Amino acid sequence: MAITKLKPVDVVLVGVGLTGTILGKELADSGLKVVGLERGRMRDTESDFQMPYVHDELKYVRRYELMQDLSRETITFRNAMNETALPMRQLGSFLPGEGVGGAAVHWGGLTWRFLPWDFETRSRTIARYGKDHMAADCTSQDWGVTYEELEPHFDRFEYLYGISGKAGNLKGAIRPGGNPFEGARSREYPNPPLKMPYSSSLFRKTAESLGYKPFPVPTAANSRPYTNEYGATINACVYCGYCQFFACEMGAKASPQTAVLPSLMNNKNFELRTRANVVKINLDSEKKRAVSVTYVDSRGREFEQPAELVLLTSYVFNNVRLMLQSGIGKPYDPDANTGVVGRNYAYQTPSSVTMFFDDKVFNSFMGAGGLAMAIDEFNGDNFDHSGLGFIGGGFFAAGSNGARPIEVRPVPSGTPRWGSGWKKEVAKYFNRSFAITIQGACQSYRTNYLDLDPTYRDAYGQPLLRMSFDRHENETKMSVWLTNKAADIAKAIGPAKMNVNPRTGKYTIVPYQSTHNTGGVAMGADPATSAVNKYLQSWDVPNVFAIGASAFPQNGGYNPTGTVGALTYWALDAIKNKYLKRPGLLV
Amino acid sequence: MKESSGRRRFLKWLGALGAAGSVVQAIPPAAAQSQSHQHAAPPAARGAPMAKSQVLGYLTPVEAEFVEAAVARLIPADELGPGAKEAGVAIFIDRQLAGAWGTMARNYRLGPWPEGTPQQGYQSPLTPQEVYRAAIRETNEFCLKIYSKPFNALNAAQQDQVLRDLDEGRLALQSTRAQLFFNLLLGNTIEGFFSDPIYGGNRDKLGWKLVGFPGVAAVYTGFIDKHNVPYRAQPVGIGDIQQKLAQVDEHGHAVHVLLTRKD
Repeated sequence: MAITKLKPVDVVLVGVGLTGTILGKELADSGLKVVGLERGRMRDTESDFQMPYVHDELKYVRRYELMQDLSRETITFRNAMNETALPMRQLGSFLPGEGVGGAAVHWGGLTWRFLPWDFETRSRTIARYGKDHMAADCTSQDWGVTYEELEPHFDRFEYLYGISGKAGNLKGAIRPGGNPFEGARSREYPNPPLKMPYSSSLFRKTAESLGYKPFPVPTAANSRPYTNEYGATINACVYCGYCQFFACEMGAKASPQTAVLPSLMNNKNFELRTRANVVKINLDSEKKRAVSVTYVDSRGREFEQPAELVLLTSYVFNNVRLMLQSGIGKPYDPDANTGVVGRNYAYQTPSSVTMFFDDKVFNSFMGAGGLAMAIDEFNGDNFDHSGLGFIGGGFFAAGSNGARPIEVRPVPSGTPRWGSGWKKEVAKYFNRSFAITIQGACQSYRTNYLDLDPTYRDAYGQPLLRMSFDRHENETKMSVWLTNKAADIAKAIGPAKMNVNPRTGKYTIVPYQSTHNTGGVAMGADPATSAVNKYLQSWDVPNVFAIGASAFPQNGGYNPTGTVGALTYWALDAIKNKYLKRPGLLV
Repeated sequence: MKESSGRRRFLKWLGALGAAGSVVQAIPPAAAQSQSHQHAAPPAARGAPMAKSQVLGYLTPVEAEFVEAAVARLIPADELGPGAKEAGVAIFIDRQLAGAWGTMARNYRLGPWPEGTPQQGYQSPLTPQEVYRAAIRETNEFCLKIYSKPFNALNAAQQDQVLRDLDEGRLALQSTRAQLFFNLLLGNTIEGFFSDPIYGGNRDKLGWKLVGFPGVAAVYTGFIDKHNVPYRAQPVGIGDIQQKLAQVDEHGHAVHVLLTRKD
C-alpha cells in the first residue's frame, strides 16, 4: 500500500499521555511545530467521564474500559529463558492505558520522589556493604543523574499536578508530620494533605507508639481547588472512592486531562492525531539519525511523518518495542550480557497485611487514590541491611482507596471460596477490615529482560514484545522481611484476625499486582550498560529521546509516577536548553 | 437478636419477591421437590413461584438451568438473605456471554495455543462462550452418568460435590480444564452479585445490601474523617439516576438516603 508522506514538523511525540502532554505543551509553547500521535482515542472529562456512568465497577475494573485493547496488541511472557513465552491474552498483573492521557487517566495518584539512594543504588550499596552484598547476576545500577539534579524537576511536576502532601525535609530541615527520610525539597507541597480516614488514623497512632514517623502519602487527588502554571484548575477531591482504575468525574485527580490538555489543545503549534499507531521510527542510511515515523490510522492508511526530533512518550513496553523494531541501540543479549535495549526490566514487589475487626467500622467504600498514612523507615537504604541478604525496601501505608465489592472483599484466610461460609465472611468484613500495603522495590537481573517475540504478532503484523521475568531471592527475602515488620504493626493495632501476605514464589501474570513496569531503555552514564544517557537521549540516535519509567534502571519502593514526572521536566530542560541550541549527543 | 432480625428481613424479602425469581420457565416437579428437601434455606424459598422465562441472549434453556442452579450454590440464599439466584445472576452471566466479554473481543486471540504454565494465565483457544457451552454439556454428562440426572436436578449436597470437584480439578472435562470453567463461573457469579443492576444481576441491589455498599457514591468530604461511625445508605444504582428515581447533587453524585438503626 502507498505510504503518504506528510509535511515535516519539528517534533513528533509517540504517545500522548503523562509525559507526552507535558513535552508537547512546553515545546509547542517554545514555538516548535509538534505533532502528537496517539494509538487510542480522544478522552476528556466532559464527554467521557461523567456521572453516574463512571461509577461502574464492572465496566472499569473488570472489563478494563480505560485500558489497553489486547486484541490489537499485547506482550508475551515467560518466567525463564528455557520456557516458551505465551501471549498475555487478558489483562491481569498490570493495566497499561490506551487513549489520550494513557494510564495517567486511571492511575491511583500516589506521587512520590524516589530517595536519593535510589538513583545511586549500586555505588552506595557497594560503599556501605561491600561488593558481595549484591547478587552476582544483579544488574541494578546508578541512574547517571542524582536526586539533587532532579529536585527542581520533582518540584515543578508536583506543582503542575497540585500534589497534596506534607514536607518532611525542607531544605535540609526535618519537619514534623512529613517524611523525614525524603531527599531535601526546596518547597512545601502545593496543597495540604487530604482528610484522613479511620484506618489511617489507627495506623498513625500505632506507628507513632512504636517509634515510627508516619506521614500522609503525597497524592494527586487534590485536597482543594488548585490552578497550576498552565492555567488549568484541578478541583477538590470528594472522597468518592472511584479513583484507581477510574477516571475522575470531578477533575480532582490530576491527569493530562485536568492539568495539561486544556492549554495544550489551544496551542496552534500542537496537533493531536488519535488512532495513529506508530509502527516504526525510520533512520537515515547510517542509522545515526531518525528522519520520520511511520504510523497507521484507523482507516488502515499508512503515513510517514518526518520530524527533526522524535520523542518516545508511550508506556514502557512501547518505548522498548519501538526502539527494538527500529534498530535504535543494540538489543540486549542476556547470555553474553551485552547490548542495552530491553536490559534492566524490573517491576514491583507488593505485599500486604490485612486486618479484620469485630468492633470497628471503616466505611471502606469511601476514599481517594493515595489516601493513606505511610512510614518510610523500611524503604531504600533507610535501615541497616547488614546480614539481611537483600537490598532495597518499600514504604508501608494504610488508608482507604475506595473498596468496591467485586474486586475488594477481604476475608480471613481459611474462609471457603464460595457458599454460605464465604458469604458470611464477605458480609461481615467488607466494612470491617483494612490493610497495611507494602510497595516493595524490585532489582534488575540478567535474566529479566525484554526482546521481540519470535512467534506472536500484533494486529499490524509486528512482533510482540517478549517479557522474561521472575522475582529473585533478593525480592522474596525482602518481601518476607518487610511484611513481617508490617505484621508487627498490625498486631499492635489489635485486629481480631489478620492475613499476612508476603510476595513469594514465582511471578505470575494472572492477578492484578501493579502497573509499575520499569526499564528496558535504562538510563545511565555508560553506553555499554544504558540505552539512553542521563538526559534520556539515545546514545546511538541522538534525535530520539525515550521518556518515562522505561528509563528506570531498576524500580524503587515507591509508585513511579512522581519520578517519571521529574524525568520528563529534566529531559525537557536538556532538550530546550542544550539540545535545540546545538543538536547532537549531549554530554 | 441479630440473627432473628436477619431472618425477619429474609422472610420479608421472600414476601416481596413475588413472581421475580428464575430465568427458567419450569423445573421438573421431582427435582424441585428433591431440592426443597436438601436446602438449608427455608422450604418457602424453593416453593417460590417460578417466573415466566426471561429472554436469553446466549445460553440455551438447558444451559440457563445449569447456570442458575450453580450460582444458587456458589452464593446461596441462607439466613443472611437472598443469594445469587435471587439476584438474577444467571441473567447477568447470559448477557456477559452474549457480549464482548463472552467472545474475548478485547483479548488477544491469535495462536499458536500451547497450554502454558499457570503463571502464563488464560491460554485456552476457547472463548468464555465456548467454555461455558462445552463445560456445561460435559458436566451434565458426568451428572447423568453418576446420578442419572442433570446438574440442575441434583440435590444441594450433590450439586456442591460436583462444584467442588470442578473447583479442585477432580472432575476431568474433555474440552477444557475444569478449573478454568469453575473460575470463570465463580468470577462471573461474584461479578453478577455485586455489579451495578444495569447488567441484569444484583437485582434489587441484594449484593450491595448484603455487604453495605452504597453503589454510586455521594460526596463523602464531610464524612471521611468521622471515625468509626458507620455510614449506612440505601444503595443507588446508575439506573436509579438515569430514571430520576434517586436524587443527585450539582455534579451528579448521589444524594444518599441514610438508613437508621432500625432499617
